[in-house]
Amino acid sequence: MTNLSLIGGMWGLLILVSLSTYIWRAGGVLIAQRIDPNGAVSQWFTCVAYGMLAGLISRILLMPIGILAETLLADRMAALAVGFFLFWIFKRNMLPATIGATMVFLALTTLRSYGYL
Amino acid sequence: MVLASMMGFGSLARESGLSFGVSVVSTATVWGLPGQVAFAELFAVGAPVLAIMLASSMANLRFLPMSLSMLPLFRADERAWRWRYILVALMSINTWALTLRHGPAMPQEQRFHYYMGLCITCLTGGLIGTAVGYYLATSFPFFIIVSLIFLNPVYFVFVFAGARQRNCILALLIGAVLGPLFHLISPEWGLPFCGVIAGSAAFWIDKRMKAPPGEITP
Repeated sequence: MTNLSLIGGMWGLLILVSLSTYIWRAGGVLIAQRIDPNGAVSQWFTCVAYGMLAGLISRILLMPIGILAETLLADRMAALAVGFFLFWIFKRNMLPATIGATMVFLALTTLRSYGYL
Repeated sequence: MVLASMMGFGSLARESGLSFGVSVVSTATVWGLPGQVAFAELFAVGAPVLAIMLASSMANLRFLPMSLSMLPLFRADERAWRWRYILVALMSINTWALTLRHGPAMPQEQRFHYYMGLCITCLTGGLIGTAVGYYLATSFPFFIIVSLIFLNPVYFVFVFAGARQRNCILALLIGAVLGPLFHLISPEWGLPFCGVIAGSAAFWIDKRMKAPPGEITP
């Protein structure tokens, strides 16, 4: 069991977790104050942010942890493929793509949990 | 969107044994699904306090380059700049991506209002979602909860699929390939390395493509 008595219970833990998350945001502010906003360093950091987010999202979809790991890779990829098809049909509109992909995923996992697939 | 994916978190939090108050407040104070999921899942297995802090902190390391790249948009607006530590606390992938896309075309003084409106809407949706998810957790079947969790990454895929700047597109493509590979090597450190390598590669390739022939001296 997580030892909560020293840190003031679940709320104490929440405060610690929140602070350990906020340091990254505050760190961004501290560095941003010291660099040229239109310079190469700032552009490089934007690229790093995009690279990190793409890596995170692709990892979540390909190798999920937790509850998503209980679904099939084929279902997730099929849903994503439908999403990209809708994204292209609707001229880069993210709403139909997101909803379509989620609906396909919901249908596939529902059919599987009832044993139809 | 935010409401629905935070419903997924709410139900996860309940199953992990977090109290209702802690679950809802964590949405406001941590405000980032990967960190919150790490918090809830590690708490559920009874991990040590330090491990929970480290894991949720590492899951949110992306906020450093994110806040750094967003802040220049608010620099010229004195009032917005005074609020900079609040601005970054409210930032999520969603508000960051939308502000980076629409912000530059807006007049300086409009960006602050746009951003705050966006953040408050998203945060409200997130808080309601967490609360609803927490209360409905026991009545949802597996396929509903898992679809709500799936909605979140899928939404971001299409938010980013709309990126138009060449260096951003390159970073996204390289990052998407490297992310899972690096995760296999190191689940804790894979992501920051993936970001730095994908970002640097994209930045460098973009610069080379822009440079006129003859000027390229690596």
